Amino acid sequence: MIGVRGSEMSALFGFAERQLYVYKRYWVWEVVWLFYSVVSVLSIGFLASGLGSLGAGGGSFDLRKTQLYLLIGALLWGYLSLVFMEAAYAIAWERWEGTIEYTFMAPVRRMTHLMGICLFAIVYGLARTFIVLIVAVAIFDLDFSHADIGGAVVVLAASMAPLIGLAILTSVLPLLSPQKGEQMSFAVQGFLLLVSGVYYPLSVLPWPLQLAGFVSPLTYALAGMRTSLLEGATAADQLPTAAILLAMGGVLIPIGFAVFTWAERRAKRLGLLKRSG
Amino acid sequence: MSKPAIEIQGVRKAFRRREREAGAPWWRREWKEKVALHELDLRVEAGGVTGILGPNGSGKSTLIRILGTLLTPDVGTAKVFGWDVVTDALQVRRHVNRVSVEAAFFKELSPWENMVYASRLYGNNSRGTRRRVVEILEVLGMPKDVIDQPMKQLSRGQQQKVAIARSFLTAPSLLLMDEPTTGLDPRSKKEVQVVLETLRAEREITVLVCTHDMDEAAALCDRVLMLDGGRVLADGSPEELCARHGAGTLEAVFMHLTGKTLEAEEAEEVAL
Repeated sequence: MIGVRGSEMSALFGFAERQLYVYKRYWVWEVVWLFYSVVSVLSIGFLASGLGSLGAGGGSFDLRKTQLYLLIGALLWGYLSLVFMEAAYAIAWERWEGTIEYTFMAPVRRMTHLMGICLFAIVYGLARTFIVLIVAVAIFDLDFSHADIGGAVVVLAASMAPLIGLAILTSVLPLLSPQKGEQMSFAVQGFLLLVSGVYYPLSVLPWPLQLAGFVSPLTYALAGMRTSLLEGATAADQLPTAAILLAMGGVLIPIGFAVFTWAERRAKRLGLLKRSG
Repeated sequence: MSKPAIEIQGVRKAFRRREREAGAPWWRREWKEKVALHELDLRVEAGGVTGILGPNGSGKSTLIRILGTLLTPDVGTAKVFGWDVVTDALQVRRHVNRVSVEAAFFKELSPWENMVYASRLYGNNSRGTRRRVVEILEVLGMPKDVIDQPMKQLSRGQQQKVAIARSFLTAPSLLLMDEPTTGLDPRSKKEVQVVLETLRAEREITVLVCTHDMDEAAALCDRVLMLDGGRVLADGSPEELCARHGAGTLEAVFMHLTGKTLEAEEAEEVAL
């Protein structure tokens, strides 16, 4: 008999392993998604390449830097949105498969459940993004000689905390509304893309959207990664950004779990866990 | 265990839905309440098989879901081996497993992958799991080659057997079976019943079976509760109930108590 901690660890690994099995079975779709990710990033890269011939330019315009700016945005968005959607769809996925009641009856803390899904999403997202990065570097001959990889890694690692918190908050939606919750998760993802400065600086946005961008953790993650990869900001330079991201995570993760617990209780009171909704 | 397996006191559960009256404008919808369970009291001692009989909508599945911590009662308390299903839900879940009418699996995954997932959820590592899975599936009469096929390629009966095997794998003290043989062909149904009888003989386990198959209940259960409209109509062993109501079968007992047959009730449900 293993203890409670061992039991939770076993379950944590179980959720991640289950996702691996599911992805292996849907491997054709995964190949398609990978292809789509590569195509999206390459399209952004070629768009940047074509800016010169479209008339963009001038004294201070640096085409290579612009290309790198956009490609970093595309690559990071691919990674961050994948982790976000994997975690945000933790409940929606169970509903599609009809396993939600089985999973909710298991003797597992909800934190273990959601963290298991996040664990897989982070590892899988890194692997997929690495492949896309290799293709992008090969095709566009990207120059990372000025980059500080250590600084970028610090920001990326710190960005996981608020991203997971945000994803847990979003995963509540299918619990609140079995009919409309899944669609709302997509809307949240789209809004994050709009306001987080993925392809442009926040300053080009109307002020209400700038305000939303200001509170989006992805804004800080993207800005921090860019300063390390484009301008060589070191890990020490990135400590303030990492602190902001960790503070956001420190707020969002407990709020996410509190809201999830409330939503689970509500679903059990109203009978919303049942597959048909 | 000295504590009763199940102890329910005054449990009531109702569901509210917004519905539109016939002929009312689309925007005028009113809250309507449907009571699934009326102030239920129940005590089930550890061990043995208890059957919950009743037509669709009688409250059987609601009762199972409350005991499985998937629903919270509006009023009253429900305890499993002394643990409250609301305040000690995690403890309850360590002792309970459920086989439901719809086999809840990841359909693209194989029985093995689903089982190893279940095993991990219940705190076991995968060491020795494959051997146990093969053993259990053999007892259930499943061919060995299905273990690595996607669940979606298995027949309904085979899927249900895997669901039962999965519940055995986690060695629950209380097994909740919500219409485990519904939709199975007679042969599969018989095989599942044999497995239940074997399980009952071999392990110290309490089984609560929901069914509307009166013959199955008579064959498997030590004790039977008849539910209708969320209320308990009768409680006793199949023999006692038949003797009490001067009936030869449980179907006849139900008809005596309600004035209707289960088949008529189900046809009415479908028509509604």
